[in-house]
Amino acid sequence: MNVIACIKRVPDSAARIRPAADGKSINAAGVKFVTSPFDELALEEALRQRDEAGEGTVTAISVGPPECADILRSALALGADEAVLLSRGEEHRLDPVMAAGALAEEIRECAFDLVLTGKQAIDDEGGQAPALLAEALGVPFAPAAVALTVEDGRAVARREVEGGLEILEFDLPAVVSVDKGINLPRYPNLKGIMAAKRKPLEVKEAAGRSTGRLELVALEEPPPKGAGRILGEGPDAARELAHVLREEESLI
Amino acid sequence: MSWSTLAFAQVSQAVVNGTAREVVTVARGIAQAGGGETTALVWGPGGAAEAGRELVGFGADKVYCCELPGLEWRQPDLAAVTVAKLIKEVGYRVVVFPSTARGADVAARTAALLSAPMASNVVSWELVDDTLEVVRPVFAGRATATVRLSGGPVLITVRSNVFSPRPAQGAGVVETMAVEASSAEGRRGVRVTGFEEGRRDRLSVGEAPIVVSGGRGLGGPENWGLIEDLAEALGPDAALGASRAVVDAGWRPHDEQVGQTGKTVSPNLYIAVGISGAIQHLAGMRTSKRIVAINRDPRAPIFGVADYGVVGDVFEVLPALTEAVREVREGG
Repeated sequence: MNVIACIKRVPDSAARIRPAADGKSINAAGVKFVTSPFDELALEEALRQRDEAGEGTVTAISVGPPECADILRSALALGADEAVLLSRGEEHRLDPVMAAGALAEEIRECAFDLVLTGKQAIDDEGGQAPALLAEALGVPFAPAAVALTVEDGRAVARREVEGGLEILEFDLPAVVSVDKGINLPRYPNLKGIMAAKRKPLEVKEAAGRSTGRLELVALEEPPPKGAGRILGEGPDAARELAHVLREEESLI
Repeated sequence: MSWSTLAFAQVSQAVVNGTAREVVTVARGIAQAGGGETTALVWGPGGAAEAGRELVGFGADKVYCCELPGLEWRQPDLAAVTVAKLIKEVGYRVVVFPSTARGADVAARTAALLSAPMASNVVSWELVDDTLEVVRPVFAGRATATVRLSGGPVLITVRSNVFSPRPAQGAGVVETMAVEASSAEGRRGVRVTGFEEGRRDRLSVGEAPIVVSGGRGLGGPENWGLIEDLAEALGPDAALGASRAVVDAGWRPHDEQVGQTGKTVSPNLYIAVGISGAIQHLAGMRTSKRIVAINRDPRAPIFGVADYGVVGDVFEVLPALTEAVREVREGG
């Protein structure tokens, strides 16, 4: 089974986000970048599905600046067979149409059974790219899977919705986005890191254009929150809290 | 192009839930600001028609009710194809979806079908130069993006619990709309073949007006009774949440996790117990209307976003709070 894992390089979840001088991108100075956590789950699932099938390859693909090679090398170290960097500046970061377009152009040329990606990236948090990608490729789309099994070209996924879990069935090839709970990603080991050096990492120009109808006007730091009220310590403060929530706030 | 809007109001039964009212309220607001009509598409199993009549009271001028039997209303491709067809036929300028798991899914599929621009998790909107401009939190609430969506149709999902439903009298034409189950056939799609009901005794953390979340400060899964007791005392509106640390430690199921890689919630009241407040946790709850923090460490970052704080040992504070909540609620 040939599986493609689409992974995005994003600022670490603990990094302070400061808008750059242009007011539309982030100031990357001092910011640590990582693979988006949901995409780590997608890569892990890709490796498991390949190994379960006992044949095929895992290709990790990322769209973005040259530094994305870092997360692709990590993917190779974890067990991906090859990697493709679709090179482009930062302008795609908050534009799912551009990202999905670039991925679709590349993936269309590959013989794939399954495309896996995170349910959303932790920077844009839009969650649109997987659906756009599936539509562009003309294949079924299963969102936010917390479980995935594949047999004889048919797949069954589960996803959490309000009130419970839905079971989705579909034919391969397909695009599946994954949610927390699907697996626990492995850690890299020295053998994998050494092996990764001999694996191919191809760099190409990214295709995919913006529709021009979604324009980022401004990226700003959120307004600071005013200081809260510390009601005190211990059980007495707890009782006061209950009264405040009832009498002043009418929340309970 | 007029500012006619469409609200995708997903219902799961005859009762209209909060998110359905919120999407109609937003659709009505935009239509009024731009001078257009508001339409609601009520999508669900039996009872959708009743739900539709209620939404007229939130400003829908026209309501299309789609009642689909069995698992049909759960089919995401069928919903997207139906919504996309209606948008094309009528020419809505803005389409508003809830940011629930299902709403966001149908929205993304519809946007893909129509090649229409879409913005997720919108927390405010404005018409600027005859264009829709929206604000959405990005980078887990560490920044906000102002995004301009031009032309039409454009799609938005609205973050739950942000826009208060506002009663308004719409013209109120309620019609039943027949949905051809076959209209999504021929597409290579997914098929929902089953549904496993989750816990019914509590709301899920993503939709509840009150969330009580626990973290490492609870010491271990055996102490979760304290969190459950407080939620119980707060009544049926309260749901349980958890920090990433305790989910990763296996103390709680991952569907309770609040934070960047868990659920994003905006309840009216969020009570964080024994949670220090890592950025990835704040990401999932900082837009809550009121935040209460209970923590032993007065310097814990959670106090930086809290409206009310109690410093202390959770094993002393929680039982006292639970008892006091019971008293004030019973006292009327």
